Amino acid sequence: MAKIQSLSEAVAENIKDGDTVAFEGFTHLIPHAAAHETLRQGRKDLTVIRMTPDIIYDQMIGMGAVKKLVFSFAGNPGVGLLRRMRDAVENQWPRALEIEEHSHAAMANAYEAGAAGLPCAIFRGYRGAELVRVNPNIKFVNCPFTGEELAAVPAHRPDVAVIHAQKATKKGDVLIEGITGVQKEAVLSAKRSIVTVEEIVDDFDDVHPNATVLPCWTVTSVAKVPGGSHPSYTQGYYARDNASYLEWDKISADREVFMEWMREHVMNETPEIFAKRVAHLKVQG
Amino acid sequence: MTNFTSTEMMTVAAARALKNSDVCFVGIGAPSAACNLARLTHAPDITLIYESGTIGTAPDVLPLSIGDGELCDTAVTTVSVPEMFRYWLQGGRITVGFLGGAQLDKFGNINTTVVGDYDNPKVRLPGGGGAPEIAVSCGEIFITMKQSLRGFVDKLDFITSLGHGTGGTDRADKGVTTKGPSRLITDLAIWEPDPETKEFTVTSLHQGATREQVAETVGWKAKFAAELSETPLPTAEELEVLRDLHARTKAAHSGN
Repeated sequence: MAKIQSLSEAVAENIKDGDTVAFEGFTHLIPHAAAHETLRQGRKDLTVIRMTPDIIYDQMIGMGAVKKLVFSFAGNPGVGLLRRMRDAVENQWPRALEIEEHSHAAMANAYEAGAAGLPCAIFRGYRGAELVRVNPNIKFVNCPFTGEELAAVPAHRPDVAVIHAQKATKKGDVLIEGITGVQKEAVLSAKRSIVTVEEIVDDFDDVHPNATVLPCWTVTSVAKVPGGSHPSYTQGYYARDNASYLEWDKISADREVFMEWMREHVMNETPEIFAKRVAHLKVQG
Repeated sequence: MTNFTSTEMMTVAAARALKNSDVCFVGIGAPSAACNLARLTHAPDITLIYESGTIGTAPDVLPLSIGDGELCDTAVTTVSVPEMFRYWLQGGRITVGFLGGAQLDKFGNINTTVVGDYDNPKVRLPGGGGAPEIAVSCGEIFITMKQSLRGFVDKLDFITSLGHGTGGTDRADKGVTTKGPSRLITDLAIWEPDPETKEFTVTSLHQGATREQVAETVGWKAKFAAELSETPLPTAEELEVLRDLHARTKAAHSGN
């Protein structure tokens, strides 16, 4: 049964040094507040998984919290490259970063396989792609029925999945709406999970019967953090803060500017700041 | 006819490559502008799909990322990302994949992974994202990219996604049954693969572009079709719709 608790408690109880953690979100619903809390609590040597690492992994890598990154597209969406990640890969600053690189199809299939309790994912992929040469976790198997050669990758089985969602009930059932990405699969593939939400409501009697709901017994911790995905967005609550994504390109370009920004806006802040950050982005109605 | 830029010509020519009946997997950036221009002009019924899971989306402004809320708000349906890649892409339901890239070779292979050595890169690029499977699972692939010696190289540093491989039958020999890159639309010309060698060959020059310009901005010896046509100029309507789209986009993304 999900525990409804503070973000600080949720992170302290669920994320340990050296854990494999998937902070998921596909442009939408990225769990920024939870990633910041993880940094504040000084977690280190993390292996982080994400299809589309963007600002939060750039921040975690730049702060030296990450040992290994498993990913398929590492960029500041619509803006450019991730400069802290580049610094780690190209110059080993602030520490060397191990990478395991896949395609989106492989990552999505690997989460699904994890959720399905399978050891690996099988799909038609990677044909003619050079990642096969550099990633030993990409292999091929033959279909036992047709003989067709198919790609295989290990299932994702993170220690912890961390996501942001619209709302939870008092019992801890979680509702995800809009672009749902791989969040349901990430939670169901993980041993533990933390979900930050915009609000906690009495029940989901008013939601569509086919809505994406994670029942409370599949979730470990639920923490209410309004604005918790900023500068990403939460459908129905607030819009994406595109200006912040553009600004990140400048902040992350310089090590000192980055460190100073992190001290001021992350290390010395609390989760409550997120509600203020989205005040000007609220969706009407 | 009013004046237009070479980028506008590129977008218009890329948009025209799409049909009203297409189901198109849209890459961000130049492909996104072209696909939405097609939808707003000659192909109102085209189905545009972004890898965030939005199917049949009709954004009023161009998204900054593949997962902007606008894409979901205007979509026929939004599915999960595993479903997108399994049922829709791998399932063979996409007729055209529209890609851009950092580096391209004459066989339409694309690199968006690294410049330099993979383990010790000069520039670490974002990576493939959906491209490795888009490139082999869509019915055919259109590529749009501005010509430059940096981008159009003789040998890729890394093959992120397969085009025609080493040319000839290499793509099919790798077990890939889809058509692969069938059109390359640049700011200077339209290129199509030679039926035998699969090497991109210039089939149409945009107005004002010369053979020399085309040859000087690619890192291989450019080939030209025996009968070279001239790309029809953008119409007043195409330019107006494109400029309105960019103006709306700019206003939406800078406003806060």
